[in-house]
Amino acid sequence: MKKNMSTVKRMWLGLAVLALASPVGILLPAQLKAGSAWGEWSPEEMEKRLGYVPLGMKKLAELWQAPMPDYAFKGWDTLGLSMQSLAYVASALIGVTVIAAMVLLLGKIGLKD
Amino acid sequence: MHIPDGYLSPQTYIPFYAFIIPYLALASRKVKKSLRSRHAPLMALGAAFSFVIMMFNVPIPGGTTGHAVGGVIVAILLGPWAASIAVSVALIVQALLFGDGGITALGANCFNMAVVIPFVGYYIYKLIAGNSEVTAPRRWVAGAVAGYLGINVAAVLAGIEFGIQPLIASASDGRPLYAPYSLAVAVPAMALEHLILFGLIEALVTALVIRYLQKADRELLTIYGGA
Repeated sequence: MKKNMSTVKRMWLGLAVLALASPVGILLPAQLKAGSAWGEWSPEEMEKRLGYVPLGMKKLAELWQAPMPDYAFKGWDTLGLSMQSLAYVASALIGVTVIAAMVLLLGKIGLKD
Repeated sequence: MHIPDGYLSPQTYIPFYAFIIPYLALASRKVKKSLRSRHAPLMALGAAFSFVIMMFNVPIPGGTTGHAVGGVIVAILLGPWAASIAVSVALIVQALLFGDGGITALGANCFNMAVVIPFVGYYIYKLIAGNSEVTAPRRWVAGAVAGYLGINVAAVLAGIEFGIQPLIASASDGRPLYAPYSLAVAVPAMALEHLILFGLIEALVTALVIRYLQKADRELLTIYGGA
């Protein structure tokens, strides 16, 4: 059992390294001029592709204003890739913390010893 | 594969919600039977890993981007039901905090990435791994194939969900109300990019974690189902 614990801890360290390296996930696409994922275009991108925004899409697209849209701080999207990378790492760390806390809590409440 | 708000009609996203809520309740009951509280940290790690690996957007030069989901390796380690819950938590946080994937589309996104990927992946892994030794190369090969196929089946289903929208709802001028591309466009688009590239990333991630655990701690490969 002790051995399991230490492997899981080591994997947490590995995950922290991945979180710090996560800006690769925006820098590489920028370098290779790759755009959005297929089917994940914003209404503005849709306007460019089709010449119009489907009406139902227009209504639903603004339904939710996420506090950190696109893994960035609001207004930071004009600040260049280095600041965006910083926000991306912050997003990774915040997301990991929130998700791990939620699952640990669920596990603590729901699972037997 | 994170369908945003506005791409799916209510006729599509409501049934997915109607499925996913009781599904997750059932998954919780299944997990209570198969896992103990000492497994909670590994499950939390799995959910967090899925979240982080999805941030690694991989580009098709001059084209689109995509990423692995990590759902297959979590399913292999903790079982497909636990993987459903872990990946769903990641998807809920992505939608609410980061606007990645829609709120209305959350049911469909959970179905594609938190139900289909873990279940397809897990059973393909079981099928190929068979009764092989836990340290056998066959195990990581099985993981690679399971990762590749799991994410590809999900991509085709997402393509179908996009592609049926023009058939379901259009405005009085005949223009589609939601995702505008037909099945003949959406399914090949989603399938090809995953067959060519993103499926290989899921395969690689799955195989690498299995290989690591075969060396570092093989017991972690025998938690679910004792296999």
